[in-house]
Amino acid sequence: MQKTEVPSLDLNVRQHMLRRMLEIRISQERIQELFLQNLVRGTTHLCIGQEACAVGVAAALEPGDTVTCTYRGHGHALALGMTLQSLFAELMGKASGACKGKGGSMHMTDASVGLLGANAIVGAQIPIALGGALTAQVKRTGKISVTLFGEGTANIGAFHESLNLAAVWKLPVLFICENNLYGEYSPMHVTTAVEHIADRACAYNMPGIIVDGQDAETIYHEVKAMADRARAGHGPALIELKTYRYRGHSRTDTAPYRKPGELDEWLKRDPIMILKDRMVADGQLDETEFEELKGAIERGMHEVVEWAKAEPYPPLEALTEDVYYQG
Amino acid sequence: MPKLTYREAVVRALADEMRADSDVVFFGEDVAVAGGVFKVTPGLYEEFGPERVRDTPISEQAFIGMALGASITGLRPVAELMFADFIPVAMDQIANQIAKYRYMSGGQFIVPVTIRAAQGGGAGFGTQHSACAESWLMNFPGLMIAVPATPADAYGLLRSAIRENNPVIVLEHKFLYNMSEEIDDSALQPVPLGQAKIRREGRDLTIVATQLVLQRALEAAEILAAEGVDVEVIDPRTLVPLDKATIVASIRKTGRLVIVEENPHGGGWGGTIASLAADECIYWLEAPVKRVNMGEALVAYSPPLEDAVIPNVERIAAVAREVMAS
Repeated sequence: MQKTEVPSLDLNVRQHMLRRMLEIRISQERIQELFLQNLVRGTTHLCIGQEACAVGVAAALEPGDTVTCTYRGHGHALALGMTLQSLFAELMGKASGACKGKGGSMHMTDASVGLLGANAIVGAQIPIALGGALTAQVKRTGKISVTLFGEGTANIGAFHESLNLAAVWKLPVLFICENNLYGEYSPMHVTTAVEHIADRACAYNMPGIIVDGQDAETIYHEVKAMADRARAGHGPALIELKTYRYRGHSRTDTAPYRKPGELDEWLKRDPIMILKDRMVADGQLDETEFEELKGAIERGMHEVVEWAKAEPYPPLEALTEDVYYQG
Repeated sequence: MPKLTYREAVVRALADEMRADSDVVFFGEDVAVAGGVFKVTPGLYEEFGPERVRDTPISEQAFIGMALGASITGLRPVAELMFADFIPVAMDQIANQIAKYRYMSGGQFIVPVTIRAAQGGGAGFGTQHSACAESWLMNFPGLMIAVPATPADAYGLLRSAIRENNPVIVLEHKFLYNMSEEIDDSALQPVPLGQAKIRREGRDLTIVATQLVLQRALEAAEILAAEGVDVEVIDPRTLVPLDKATIVASIRKTGRLVIVEENPHGGGWGGTIASLAADECIYWLEAPVKRVNMGEALVAYSPPLEDAVIPNVERIAAVAREVMAS
């Protein structure tokens, strides 16, 4: 049984996190099925194994904070509060989707929950997050901006430019790296000169913190501390969440490049199980309740998926709508 | 009447918009304390302070992406890219992000970004500091593109760009910064995006041109007038949106079209105007449509080579005579 090493969160926060992580996990499994049925097209990037990152970060934010993230962004979207209806309708290209069906799997965007966009260009979301932080700074809103990216992104020029600019201007922005060890198919050591992405923070004169990316509560505490610091005007931070994706890079990738036994080792530290076991140990949950919760989420998701399948596609007039704002 | 230079017009437009709207912020490399490498933006830092007028690191991807993020969260940023040749350095943010952000989010955002850059040759800056960028950008729906040719338009188009809820790339021509014009203050007004200007009325031949080569086309028109050819010269002022109606009406009136641009031939915006003529004016045309441009050459440093590549008055007049003769 895992022992709680950090101050445990209130029961309602734990319940919320557990539920969200289960929703994310189950949604990803359903998306895989829908992809095989050609109801989700093109490509899709699942975040199974990385649920704690999304949920821990989102829980540490306040309403009005803004987030940009990667194409592996379904978890971030749900963690921030995008509805399952918005997600599944968007994945199927339906008019009732988050982006009216125009974005798809890689572009989950919901301004109403602060999600300014998932991005299909590696690293492009990082400079965009500087803008959310600039607005907060100029308008003195007390809000912060957060950008999430993978460890492969830390080799993109925009990453380095952005960390430097944010540090020089003391922008209230958190750079959060979900290090899942592989940039597409390449293991990190083949492409990256440092062992820890957080080590790069020293080049930009900001805190660089390494966090257990499978522990939602720890993530919450570490992100919250850096968020408070940024809100107080002390500038950005680089937070590296050590995590793992259980599936391949995208739908066609079976991840043959993994070392034997690596996945099994990570499965022992499953983010959902870590929180669940802790709640069981603390007398907040039992196995029956957990199975009931999972069952309820699965049933609800089935309904949402069936609903989304029946939803209409956008009318063809939508093709030219929103290329430009008219008015 | 007071004289206003193209350079002064730019800073006046910026200052007027910054006074009118506290959400307008301005940043770029050396634009604040130094007032810009072309000395286009002096005084803004002093008037509006370090929060709203900022010097950035030499990090085009970062600060152009920042402009996008700021625009979708409540500011109206103006970012300067200095030489238009630096646009490709930030092309991901411009082409994949700024242009597409509203569309791929299903219309969740307005994107009131203005990007300014100084473009064009004729000033001896060599191959990587002399390009015109408008044609590169025309293939990205979602962007608007302004190409002011006079001080009044440098003022009026920039003001409209900052007020516009769509992203606008304003490409100033660096050779025109010293151009001056007598303008009454009351005549300094926002210029609507998408309205061409007939710079010279004529009956025999239509020339469509922008910026530096527009000035040269106007000179060529005077030479041709002495030869009895009455040339109409149209300045599109914005290439996106394009004022098709004004251009089509002129071509139908004159029956002859020459397009002059400071661009390589392939993919230049002149092709778009030629296709407009083919689509909507074919039965009115009395001669082949001709394009005067840089061919397949690049801008070189050596003065005679640079002079030869950018369409000059003689080349424009010669092609116009050819079209009149056919």
